[in-house]
Formats: sequence, structure tokens, C-alpha cells
Amino acid sequence: MSVSQSDFHAALLDSAAPVPSGLRDGNGRAAGNRFSVYRNNVAVSLTEALEVNFPAVRKLIGEKKFRAMAGIFLRQHPPEAPMISQYGTEMPDFLKTFQPLAHIGYLPDVARLELALRQSYHAADATPVDPAILGTMAPEALMGAHLDLAPALRLLRSDWPVHGIWSYKMEPGAPKAVHEPQNVLILRPDFDPRMTVISNAAVAFLQGLLDGTSLGTAHDRGIAVDPDFDLAHILGLLIGGKAITNIITGES
Amino acid sequence: MSNAMKSVAIAGAVTAALGAHATGANAAENVKCYGVSLAGENDCKAGAGTTCAGTSTVDYQGNAWTLVESGTCESDSPVLAKSGEEVDLPGDRMGSLEELSRDLPS
Repeated sequence: MSVSQSDFHAALLDSAAPVPSGLRDGNGRAAGNRFSVYRNNVAVSLTEALEVNFPAVRKLIGEKKFRAMAGIFLRQHPPEAPMISQYGTEMPDFLKTFQPLAHIGYLPDVARLELALRQSYHAADATPVDPAILGTMAPEALMGAHLDLAPALRLLRSDWPVHGIWSYKMEPGAPKAVHEPQNVLILRPDFDPRMTVISNAAVAFLQGLLDGTSLGTAHDRGIAVDPDFDLAHILGLLIGGKAITNIITGES
Repeated sequence: MSNAMKSVAIAGAVTAALGAHATGANAAENVKCYGVSLAGENDCKAGAGTTCAGTSTVDYQGNAWTLVESGTCESDSPVLAKSGEEVDLPGDRMGSLEELSRDLPS
């Protein structure tokens, strides 16, 4: 008699479930406690993976609560991809509905930020264009130009001071977060992702570029949010962050 | 705003951004430097299952790297890219651009 993969899987994620019957080793001996050891190792290693992947969330709620939460999360959301470094994509949504931590409103956004940082880290490399090309273009051509942005770029909007909360927990000596909504732009100029807090107008502009609109139209979107939208500042961030990977000239 | 005014505004912003970038070009480049980070504080945000993130277990571990300002690594006082602080390496330790065999976890 052999055990089905689905029985094995179900028992693996439920510590109260009996050892699947019919589970035997190569010599025909029953698995017994060895299955329980394996089951425990699965839960422990996934918990440890979540600890590495969400260090700020862990510091915010504390070691004990994090492990308890992780124990529930990993059983609802076992890994779907074989790369454990990518584990936990469902964490922000999970935290939104996880009652015991629902009073910490900003927690899902901090998890989103940690996820975005990791995705940025693992995103494909892209060679930036020489930004000096922009300086050689006529004003009309600039307006109609489309910019391709690096795959490592991530944009995160939050109603919470998500960057302030993250850095207060993660960077020694960082000040306490101030109470303001924060949007975070993540760029990866070299090896590691870097964060910058940007305005709502800058978000609208970047979203325009990401949607494939021209520089002129994206600029209009920024102005629509805030007449004082600082285009030079956000362009400077993109250039310094080596995030412009192609400049396509054409009709606006 | 007319299209002509808009295009001039955008061209102006591009010029300003490029200018700021050019003057910022002296800003320190960073390099991976081995053997200078404190236990659990090496860089790399790769996540679980990878060999780097915060995995150094002893101080100044030889095979763990952290980003420092270019040109400061191979000395007894590398400058951390993250904070701009100088690390004062104890003893006769020096940072290295290659992995080191000293201070490995037992």
C-alpha cells in the first residue's frame, strides 16, 4: 500500500493530522515518528525563511508573535515557487485580514515594502542608457519621447509613513517615523535596492511612464496632481539610480 | 500651458537633472568588501535560502561582505557605504576585495 501525494501534503501541513497510513521506507518499515520530525522541520524552516524575508515586520511585532503568525501563514500559504528567497508574496494580504494583528494598520504595507525590496533585488539586470542623450534632444522631441525603466524599479504607495517605520526598525540611529503618508521609489543602481520617498505628483509621473505614455503626457499627469511638480528632481533620481534603460523618440 | 511652454519646461528640467547628475558624479562608488562587517550585519537583501543576508555569525567574518566606499576597503578603516561611518578594524585586520580565510565561524 502506498500513500497518495495529496494525503502526504495534507498531513505535512497539519501537525494534528495522523501520520499518513501506508507510509513506509525502503525496507518496508512504517515511517512513524520520522514523518513527524520531517513535518516539524518543514514548518520550522519555512518560519525561518519568513523571518529572513520580513525582518522589519518581525521587529515590529516581536519574535514570539512573528513565529506564531508564521505558523498560521505557512499552513495557509505553503511555497508556490521553488525559490525560497521569493517566499511570502501573500504576506501583505494575509496580514490585512489576520485579526490578532489587525490593530497594526501599517503592518501590511511594511510587508509590501520588504517584498518589493526583495523583488527589486532579484529583478533582471538592465543596462542604463547614457543620460547625456536626453540633453542632446530638442525640446519637442523630449516631449514626445518614451522612457523604458529598469526591471528593478518598484513603486509603492502607502497611507502610512512606511519608509519611516521600516528605517526606524532597520537602520541604527534612524529617527522615529513622522505621521504622513509615504510613497517609496525603489531603484537598484548597483547591487542593492535603494529607497527614496517621493511625492504623489512624482508617483503620477512615474506611473505615466510605466503605462507607456510620453514624457510630455507623464509630466502633465504630475502637474495635474501638483502644479509645483518637480520634474528635474524625479528625473535626477531616475538618472542617478541608473533606471532609464531606453529612450524611444517618436510622435507625442 | 501651451505645448511650446511645456516642452521648454521639460527641456529645462532635463538640463537641471543632468547638471545635478554631473556634479554628483564624484559621489563615492561602492565596492563589496570582505572581512569588515559585524556579526549579523553584513549587507545583501537577497532573502531566505541565499548565502548572504545577515548570515555572518562572527565579527569581521572573512567570507562575508558589506558595501564600502571604493578605495577604502583594503585598509584598517573602511568607510561603510550605508552610513558613511568608518569601521575601526581591531588588531592587524584589513578589509579585502576577495574572500578571506580569517575569522570564519567554527
